Amino acid sequence: MIKARGLVVTFNKGTPMETRALRGIDLDIPAGQFVTVIGSNGAGKSTLLNALTGDVKLESGSITIDGTDVTSWPPPRRASLLARVFQDPMAGTCEALTIEENLALAATRGCRRGLARALDSRARSAFRDKLKELGLGLEARLADKMGLLSGGQRQAVSLLMATIRPMKILLLDEHTAALDPKTAEFVLQLTDAIVKAQNLTTLMVTHSMRQALDHGERTVMLHEGRIAFDVAGENRAGLDVPDLLALFSRVRGEALADDTLLLG
Amino acid sequence: MNLVAFLGAIELGLIFGLVGLGVFLSFRVLNFPDLTVDGSFPLGAATAATLIVNGVDPFLATFIACLAGAAAGLVTAFLNLRFGILHLLASILTMLALYSINLRIMGKPNVAIISSPTVLSPFEGLGLANLYLKPIVAGAVALIGATLLIRFLISDYGLAMRATGANPRMARAQGIDTTSMTYVGMAISNALVGLAGALFAQMNGFADVTIGTGTIVVGLAAVIVGEALFGTRSVLVWALGCIAGSVLYRLVIALALNTDVLGLSSSDLNLVTALLVAIALVLPGVRNPLRGIFPGRGKGATIGMRRD
Repeated sequence: MIKARGLVVTFNKGTPMETRALRGIDLDIPAGQFVTVIGSNGAGKSTLLNALTGDVKLESGSITIDGTDVTSWPPPRRASLLARVFQDPMAGTCEALTIEENLALAATRGCRRGLARALDSRARSAFRDKLKELGLGLEARLADKMGLLSGGQRQAVSLLMATIRPMKILLLDEHTAALDPKTAEFVLQLTDAIVKAQNLTTLMVTHSMRQALDHGERTVMLHEGRIAFDVAGENRAGLDVPDLLALFSRVRGEALADDTLLLG
Repeated sequence: MNLVAFLGAIELGLIFGLVGLGVFLSFRVLNFPDLTVDGSFPLGAATAATLIVNGVDPFLATFIACLAGAAAGLVTAFLNLRFGILHLLASILTMLALYSINLRIMGKPNVAIISSPTVLSPFEGLGLANLYLKPIVAGAVALIGATLLIRFLISDYGLAMRATGANPRMARAQGIDTTSMTYVGMAISNALVGLAGALFAQMNGFADVTIGTGTIVVGLAAVIVGEALFGTRSVLVWALGCIAGSVLYRLVIALALNTDVLGLSSSDLNLVTALLVAIALVLPGVRNPLRGIFPGRGKGATIGMRRD
C-alpha cells in the first residue's frame, strides 16, 4: 500500500541550523496493516508523516501509494488518499465552524467542491448517525461551534472526520498525547474500533512504548532519522517495554537516553 | 437632520454596505487584512464613469468595474502568495499603484456623468423622485450582493474558503487548495468594492481619484458595528450585520455632522470616522479585526503568508 524509498529530509540545509531529519528511510506497509511508530524527540517521526502527506519536501527518495507515485503531488491532492489526525486537537478541527460544518468539510475531502449547499437534512442525519457511534452525546449538538468542545471530544471528532470518507491510509500523529489518560484511552479504543471496522492501513506515531506494543500489529522505531528496528508478528508478540529498550540498545549499541520514552 | 440628509445617509450606508461585505470576506472569512479597497473603490468608480461617458451601457460598465476590482484583489493576493510579501504591505502596494492607474483610466483627476444614462435611468420612469429612488436601488443591490455572498459561503466551496481563513493547516489536510481559495476570495472581495465604487459614481454623478481615501476604515466600521449589534452567530447574521452596521454608522455620522452644538463641518468626516473606529476597537468584547497582523498575537499571524 505504502512504499517509501530512500526518504531524505534536511531542514535549513546549508546553514548552521541544518537538521537532517530523515536520513534514508525505506518502508513498505501492506494494505490493512496497523503500524505503530516510536522514537524519541527529533527521531523523525512527525517528519516521516509530513513527508507522506507532502507537508515537507523530500530532498531525495520516492513515495508510492497503492501503486501510484505521489512524490510530486501537493498535499491537497494527497488528501484523497491519506487522512490525518493531528496531535493538537486545535489543529485537526476548525473551532470557528460548527460541528456539522467540520464534518461537511471532511465529507468532501478529495472531491470537487461545488456551489451546492454544504449542509442539508440528509447530510445532517448522516452526521448524526456517525456522531452517535462516538457515544459522547454530540449528535444533539450539530450546530454548536467546535470551539465549545473539550480536547477529547474534538479529537474524537477529528478521528471521525479522518475516516468519514473512504480512503486508503490513516495517519495518527501522537493523537492522544495532549489528552488526559482516561480520554486518551477512550480515543485509542475508538481508533482500534474504526481501523478494524474499515480495515484501514494505519500509521500511528506515539511517544509511549506501551501504546506502541498494545496497538497495531507492527512496530517501527526511528532513531536519528533512520529505522532503528522494525518488529512484527511472532517477534513482536512477546515483547514488553523493557524488551524494546534492550532491543534498541542492542541495535544501536547505546542506551536510550530519553526519559520521555521510558515512562509510557 | 432633514429628510435629504437622512435619505442621503441611508443611500451612502447601503453603498458602503457592499464595501463592508468585501471587507468582511477578506478580514473575517479569509483572515487576510486587505487595504486594496482604498484603491479598488475609486477603480470601480473611475472604470464605470469613464465607460459610461464614452457611451457604454451602464450595466455593462458596472460589470466591468466589478471585474477591474477583482483584478486588483488578484494582484494583492499574487504579491502575497507568490512572493511572500506581508499581506498588509502587498495591499498597500496595490493601492498605491491604483492611484496612478485610476488617473490613467480617467485621463484626468475626475469625470462627471452629467447627461449619460446610469443604472438608475431605467427606474426613473416609475414616478419616484430621485431622492427616494437612489436609496431603494442601492438597497436592492446591497441585499442581492449579501444574499449571493451568504449563499456562496454556505456552499461546499464557500465552507472550504471559511476553513482556509480559520485553520489553513486543517484545510490543507482536508484537501483544500488554500492558495487558490485565497485568490478567489480576494477577487470576490474587491469585486464587491468595485461594484460599490461604480454605484457611488453613478448616484453622485462623478468619479474622483480621491474618493477612495479611508474606504477601508469605513468598511471596517461597517463590519465592527454590525458585529457589536448583531453578533456573529451565523454567516447570515454576520453578513447582513455588515450592511445594517454600515447604514447605522452613516446615520450616526450624519447626525454628528448635522448637530449644531458639536460645531462639526463635513470636512471633519474623516476625523470623526477614525475616532469612532478607534473607540470601537478598544471597547472590550469587540473582535479586533487587526488581530493576527502582529506576530505572536493570535494564530492568524502567518495566515496568507507564502508557504513552501
